[in-house]
Amino acid sequence: MSNHEESETHAVGSTRLFVTVWIWLAAITGLEVFLGYERLQPGLMLTLLVVLSLVKAALIVTYFMHLKYEKLSLTLMVIPSTIFCICMILIFFMPDALRLLQIRTH
Amino acid sequence: MHETKTDASLSSPWAGGVSPFAINSKKFGMWLFLVSDTLTFAAMLLAYSYVRLANPDWPRPFEIYPAILNATVMTVILLFSSLTMVLGVSAAHRNDRSKAVRYLLFTAGGGILFDILHLREWFHLFAEGYTPWSTPQGVPLFGASFFGITGLHMTHVTIGVIYLLIIAFGYGKKNFDSTDVEVSGLYWHFVDLVWMFVFPMIYLMSIKL
Repeated sequence: MSNHEESETHAVGSTRLFVTVWIWLAAITGLEVFLGYERLQPGLMLTLLVVLSLVKAALIVTYFMHLKYEKLSLTLMVIPSTIFCICMILIFFMPDALRLLQIRTH
Repeated sequence: MHETKTDASLSSPWAGGVSPFAINSKKFGMWLFLVSDTLTFAAMLLAYSYVRLANPDWPRPFEIYPAILNATVMTVILLFSSLTMVLGVSAAHRNDRSKAVRYLLFTAGGGILFDILHLREWFHLFAEGYTPWSTPQGVPLFGASFFGITGLHMTHVTIGVIYLLIIAFGYGKKNFDSTDVEVSGLYWHFVDLVWMFVFPMIYLMSIKL
């Protein structure tokens, strides 16, 4: 149990680290807005935006939400289950959504 | 009877004797809530994409100026409040109560500013004829999904502001400890994280398909 107490109070990153992560987040946001301004092809733009947003989400969860400093067991319980559930929603929605897009363009 | 409880099966991390995740129950509860909330927002954003693809005349009222500029300012404000939140949590871990409270109040202020800008945008849209049940183009699904998602997010921000104010005042009065500040931080970062998907999916993807 003494081990438990220690892990609650350990250092969780420095101000410098947080500011660095924040600058990255702001920079990626800037890039996303630039993409919105450029008006690329919808498919390409959606892919880029989703990838960039996932990078931002990963940065927030890893550093701001301290998941990097928790035990691996918490990460393994929280992240894969969430990804699995979102994939399940996607599997049910995607084929139908793509079919809708095809019906529309014809 | 008590001697038998010290065998290997009960002293393992998963037997209930020790915390397997080495975090306290408040933090664990918040993580579980955030997982379920992630799925709520994921389902809503996917439903938005679906109804958008299903409607050829989907309204696109978000021009670069003023809508996307406004949403970008909102994003930066929310991002900035995340930074003050994380610095507040650090200060709380160092037992620097006055600094932590100040950072928490800054964070709550960012949330209030976000809400004000968002509501202002909503009222502009109302004035242009976009409501939760109708649009000028006759696509009520746009109103329902747009105001549904951003409204749910705004509710999260508003609850977050109230939560942060309670934690800030309680922590200042020493009713709460640094763990409570950290748990409120988890919630606040999650609200920020959700907006990092709402902003590109709804505002930036407001292009011709």
